Parts: sequence; C-alpha cells; structure tokens
Amino acid sequence: MSELINSSLRQLSAALAAKKVSAVELATLFLDRIDKFNPALNAFITLDRDKTLAQAQAADEKLRVGAGDTAISPLTGIPLGHKDIFCTKGWRTSCGSQMLANFVSPYDANVVEKLAGAGMVTLGKLNMDEFAMGSSNETSYFGPVKNPWDVSRVPGGSSGGSAAAIAARLTPAATGTDTGGSIRQPAALCGLTGLKPTYGVVSRYGMIAFASSLDQGGPMAKSAEDCALLLNAMAGFDPRDSTSLERPAEDYGRDLEKPLAGLKIGLPKEFFGAGMDDDVRAAVDAALAEYRKLGATTVEVQLPNSGLSVPAYYVIAPAEASSNLSRFDGVRYGYRAPEYDDLTEMYSRSRAQGFGAEVKRRILIGTYVLSHGYYDAYYLQAQKIRRLIAADFVEAFKECDVIMGPTSPSVAFAFGAKSADPVQMYLSDIYTISTNLAGLPGMSLPCGFGANNMPVGLQIIGNWFGEAKMLNVAHQYQKATDWHTRMPEGVK
Amino acid sequence: MSLNLEDVARIARLARIELSAAERETTRDQLNDILGFIEQLQAVDTTGIEPMAHAVDVVQRLRPDVVTETDRRADFQAVAPETEAGLYLVPRVVE
Repeated sequence: MSELINSSLRQLSAALAAKKVSAVELATLFLDRIDKFNPALNAFITLDRDKTLAQAQAADEKLRVGAGDTAISPLTGIPLGHKDIFCTKGWRTSCGSQMLANFVSPYDANVVEKLAGAGMVTLGKLNMDEFAMGSSNETSYFGPVKNPWDVSRVPGGSSGGSAAAIAARLTPAATGTDTGGSIRQPAALCGLTGLKPTYGVVSRYGMIAFASSLDQGGPMAKSAEDCALLLNAMAGFDPRDSTSLERPAEDYGRDLEKPLAGLKIGLPKEFFGAGMDDDVRAAVDAALAEYRKLGATTVEVQLPNSGLSVPAYYVIAPAEASSNLSRFDGVRYGYRAPEYDDLTEMYSRSRAQGFGAEVKRRILIGTYVLSHGYYDAYYLQAQKIRRLIAADFVEAFKECDVIMGPTSPSVAFAFGAKSADPVQMYLSDIYTISTNLAGLPGMSLPCGFGANNMPVGLQIIGNWFGEAKMLNVAHQYQKATDWHTRMPEGVK
Repeated sequence: MSLNLEDVARIARLARIELSAAERETTRDQLNDILGFIEQLQAVDTTGIEPMAHAVDVVQRLRPDVVTETDRRADFQAVAPETEAGLYLVPRVVE
C-alpha cells in the first residue's frame, strides 16, 4: 500500500482498475500522510475529509460499474490537491489572502470541474503566495510553506503548496498557475515536473485573476508522463473564458515514446551568462550532456531582449493586477473592515487590512503606471517591449525544436533571504518570465541536486502549442535518469 | 524621476488603499526602488513597434445576446459581508 505514494498516475490507474486498491483507500492513504506531515510543511490550508471520501466513494462506484463505461477516465479515483486560486464549490477558496479567508466558493473553476469530471478526488486546497504574487510562498496570509527537502528553505512560489505537497508525497498531483514562473520555479525548487501550457489552452474561468494576459493554469506532478495525463483532462475550449482558444482536442501524451534522435535544442546565450549559480550550471550542463547521448544536438540561439523581461513584467503584471483586484471592495464578497465612517473609507480600509504588503505594493505600482500622464511611458512601452521579446522567440525557434536552460538561477533559498528586497525577489523569475510574456509553453523537470542537496530544475520552453513535443523531450530524459523519482528523507 | 510622499498619497487614494503616515514612507522607498528597476525600459527604442496586449493574437469572440445565467442570488449573497432583503448593504451615500 505505502509503495503507492511513489507510483505514477498510470500505475495508480492500473491498480484501481485491477481492484488492487480502492479510491477510498487511496484517498485515505494520502489524507493520513497529510495528517502526519502537513503540520510541519503547511502545504494544505483547507481539508475536508468527509467531502474527499464522498468523492472517492463516487469514483469507486464508477470503477465498480466497470471498464468500457464512458464515465471512467485514466484519472478516475486518483486524488489531487488544488492550488487555492481555483474556485471549488463548497470549499473555502482563499487565494492565500485574508481578503478571502472566509470565502466559500459558490461555483467550480473550469479546471476543477474538468478534473472532477474525469473522476479525480480532491484532497484539499493548497497554500500559495497571496493572490499568486511571490516567488517564495512567504506572502501567504496562512504562513509560509516549508520545502520538504529542507524546512529552513522556501518551496518557491507562487504554487509552493502544490510543489511541497507533491514532493512530500501528500498528493500524487496538483494544479498550479503560472503568471511569471509560478508553476515552473516551485517545481524546480522542490524537485518536481510542472508544465505551463501555451496561453489560452487551459481555461481561466474560476481561476482568481492576477494578470489576465499572462495567467495560465497547468499540471504539477512527479513526471512528464503524469503531466501529460493531467493536461489531457485540464485543457480545452471554454466559452466562459474570453481568451480560451478554440482548437481541436489533443492527446498531449501522443509523442511521449518518440526517440530524440535529431532533436535540436536551442540554448539561449542570455540564459547561460552570469547570474546563474555554479551548482545549477553544473546540473543543467549534465542534463544537456544526457540529451546529446539521447541523440539531440544543441545550438546556440539568441534572445537579445530577454534581459528586459523582468522589468517589462513588473509593469504589465501589476497594471493588470491593479485592475483585477479592484473587485475586492468589501461589498459583494471578501473582507470588510470592522470600522469606517463612509463608503470610501470602507473601501480603502477593507483593502488596507484585507491585502498583505506585496499585494498592496503591486496594486500601487499598477495604479501608478496606468495613471494619467504615465500610461504611455510605462504600460504602452512595456507592451511594445513584450512584442520584441516574443519576436526573439519566433527567430530562435527557426533554429531549434525546443529551448533549454535553467528554471531558476539558484536552488531553494532560506526564509527571509530575499523578502526584504522586492527587486531581488523579482529576479528569482529571470528565466521564466519571458515565456509568459510571449505566451509560450514551458516546463521544469528535475535534473540533479546542487548545494546542500537541494533539487535543480531544467527548463524546457516549447514553441507555441508545442506541449506534446516538450512532454516527449522531458519523458525521454526521465526514462534515462531517475532524478524525478527521488524523495526527501524527512517524509519517508 | 522619483515619487514623493504626496505622490504616494495620491496613488493610494486612486487605488483605494488606506496608508498610515509611517506606511507612506516605507511605500515611497519601495516603490522608488521598483520604479528605478523598471526605468531601464525607457532606454529602448520602440519606434514603430505595435504594442502586444495579449499573448495570442485572436479577435474577441462574441456570443449571442441571450440569458445564460440562472438566478443564484441567494448563493452569491451568502458570501457577502452584509445583505438585507436581497440587497447589498453599504454605508449611506445619499443624505
């Protein structure tokens, strides 16, 4: 039974189909691990054992009716955790904020609906940086998540709860969202596989908005094969998201077994310069050597404007956030200050008390760059630079099939190391942000260990709609290596 | 250019976020650090570059003008801070 915590989703699916384990037993296995290990990690912030077991019983019922039933998918009966940015009907959905600390969602996000429709069982809601604004999970109203590899270090952010929970084997899979690296960076820092799809592939309906032109949900799990199965269930057109793309359905796992002979890997020289720690560089170089052994060739490519991606992002993302977060006014839902004299004071005091420091900082920056007289100089200029950054990728993909580099410039850092200096924290996402600006898909997968035995992530950036190719490239590496199977000592 | 305390007060008013006098000072310093960092964008020549508002160039999809939502007033108001008789309550705005 306990060996199931390291099983792939396909293995869990087979065990469920063969009646070697029931969905209720599987959910119980993980709920018991959550009881045991979560207090030290703070990854799950909302649990409801009765709801979880009721969902598991329903899955068992579907499985009992038997194969051939259209209600059964390869994910039926497999448990997962949802990042608390996804609205889940009847469950608290806090987005890591005091603003929504008592918000029980009246509806399900599209992603939640789809995964439940596939028969997956919700274990609970996962901690995150407040409104997904952060790279270390230190901005959560519910306290930081600890990295299971070393509890004195951050798990990354903003999907830090999702990453820590999978790394600690408290769940086999989780949802995440990625606006500037929030799936890939925590996946790297916790030794997991995470995928941010092409913008528009996964519906944003019911996913609490941060920066709407960049936000994209995606899967986090132990392997690329698992991510492919999850993405198959998460992706698809949704008329309730105005930016959801109408495209034919895809099997994202269709190319997993393709050999890599002839694959051309682009290495942007901008991703391999100063700024990357030596231990990260050594692990990434070793991964590239493995890829050459698998038949791939590497070619240097150029992304000359990528150095502008972090500053452009810190204009665009706060601008969009300041607009999106204006909905939190203490009237229709969310926190309302206990004392106020008039309506304006009710708004401004509810927002002052309900939002944490980083969220307020970004709303203020966004308000400023959009304000009269500054819009052209900041927001419009950043949008023009965004096009230059995207155009660099178009050129680079003429030379290669995928792009690779580090996910994060360093392994997981200690709590407090960057929290006093917002700009230093922003630079944690230096290799991931350009992907969001361009709308491209990106992945992180474990490729070794650096200083203090902390995991290192390899980033793969695919061409637009190149998810199946990225997953193929990641899976072939994972067949040849075992980094993705490693598990932290403290949670054994 | 850098922000002074009056600028910070104006931005906070626009954003409807109350800041104490002490918070205004810290906020000014932090916002100036961030603005100093994004200042480098000004040096880039973007003449003739079309702004990119969205990651994928698609046109806005329209839907038929028909009612698609059901009435879930009670569900939605259950999460509101204060309601009465199906209405949201706020401080008096008209004397």
